[in-house]
Amino acid sequence: MQDFSASFGLAFSLIISADADLIEIIGLSLRVSISAVLLAALIGFPLGALTAVIRFPGRQALAVLLNALMGLPPVVVGLLVYMVISRAGPLGWMNLLYSPAAMIIAQTILVTPIVAALTRQVVEDMHKEYDEQFRSLCLPTHRVITALIWDSRYSLLTVSLAGFGRAIAEVGAVIIVGGNIDHLTRVMTTAIALETSKGDLALALALGIILLVLALSVNAAVYGLRASARRLSYA
Amino acid sequence: MPLEVSALSYRTEHEFVLDGISVTIENPGITVVMGPNGAGKSLFLRLVHGLLAPSSGTVHWQGRNLDLALRRRQALVFQKPVLLRRSVAANIDFVLKPLGGDYRQRRDQILLEAGLMRQRYQPARLLSGGEQQRLALARALATDPGVLLLDEPCASIDSGTTLKIEQLLQQTRDRGVKIILITHDIGQARRLADDVIFMHNGRLLEYAAAHVFFNAPASESARDFLQGRIVL
Repeated sequence: MQDFSASFGLAFSLIISADADLIEIIGLSLRVSISAVLLAALIGFPLGALTAVIRFPGRQALAVLLNALMGLPPVVVGLLVYMVISRAGPLGWMNLLYSPAAMIIAQTILVTPIVAALTRQVVEDMHKEYDEQFRSLCLPTHRVITALIWDSRYSLLTVSLAGFGRAIAEVGAVIIVGGNIDHLTRVMTTAIALETSKGDLALALALGIILLVLALSVNAAVYGLRASARRLSYA
Repeated sequence: MPLEVSALSYRTEHEFVLDGISVTIENPGITVVMGPNGAGKSLFLRLVHGLLAPSSGTVHWQGRNLDLALRRRQALVFQKPVLLRRSVAANIDFVLKPLGGDYRQRRDQILLEAGLMRQRYQPARLLSGGEQQRLALARALATDPGVLLLDEPCASIDSGTTLKIEQLLQQTRDRGVKIILITHDIGQARRLADDVIFMHNGRLLEYAAAHVFFNAPASESARDFLQGRIVL
């Protein structure tokens, strides 16, 4: 228990002194996860909106698939990405293995189904409300989709934050494709796993505390956004 | 115009909701569609606008089948206004921007006519019910329609807003826009109608000039309706 208390003390001193290693790890974690969420939003927003608006054969099957993929096991994604980008894989020539780019790819694959499935639900609900008005205005499909995405912007920000929560807390995929290399691919979750196994609980705890603070911040941001949207009557 | 509706029917799985409606409307001005609840008025409006496909029968505008070009010359205002989650001005811009040109000047003119200039930067969904309906009407007029269709635009709004909407409709009629208006309000129908369609139980019972309909309704249902009796 004393060790535990000492670790807490060390953790706070690392945070307060803005330890260089700690800052580097946090910076890389944020860079990888934010990049992955932005890419996932670029793919997931239009994909989700298209699935919500356009009627085509297999639409329901795609919706079920997107929902199912929300629970993709990170280690499986890590393994698949590893096989594709490892030297013997089809994209081996790009030398992506054990790089932040590989981690971004893996997290994008994990987050995109979440963003797309939640976007589909949000846009589908709004489309029910707007559908007759848009059909009355004879709008082309691309205007319907862009209008729905724009008018769902507060809800879609919430969707992005949910994706960010998944990405920042993920460890299985990034440790496989990133390799947890010091000063190159070490992020908060992989560092926590490593430092815990080494018995260096101080750094692990410091990172854990920051991860918790980030998770809390994400939830607070979601709550704040919903409240703002309701206040502005955009919701 | 004219609008020619021939043997128009719409049926659900179990019954005809609209049954064999035929009418030719050649008059310009305001055609008021009246009838008790469940008469099929809103459905009739959606069918002549092409929002729904009929089970049978035809709708011709200007002798042509209802195609995209004709539908783009029409605007429909719903009973419950559907406003975008944007500012008042952005709701008008949404239909004006694709038309090109200096849309801001035209938008301000439209908002001025609708009495919404002061609220132009407010979120549209924070407006009062009456203001929301005026905005929906202003947005419909921004598309510069040849035909304006309205589904009970003054239901559940105050008399001041009703007056403002009626003035807008009269100005629109005077500009040569054909208006088809559904209303439950007999007083409003008397004030605005040039001719009247009376519907009951999915059938068209009467189509007559307003003064003829109000002075000597041909059907017993219409007489009961005008006298405020419950029409079954």
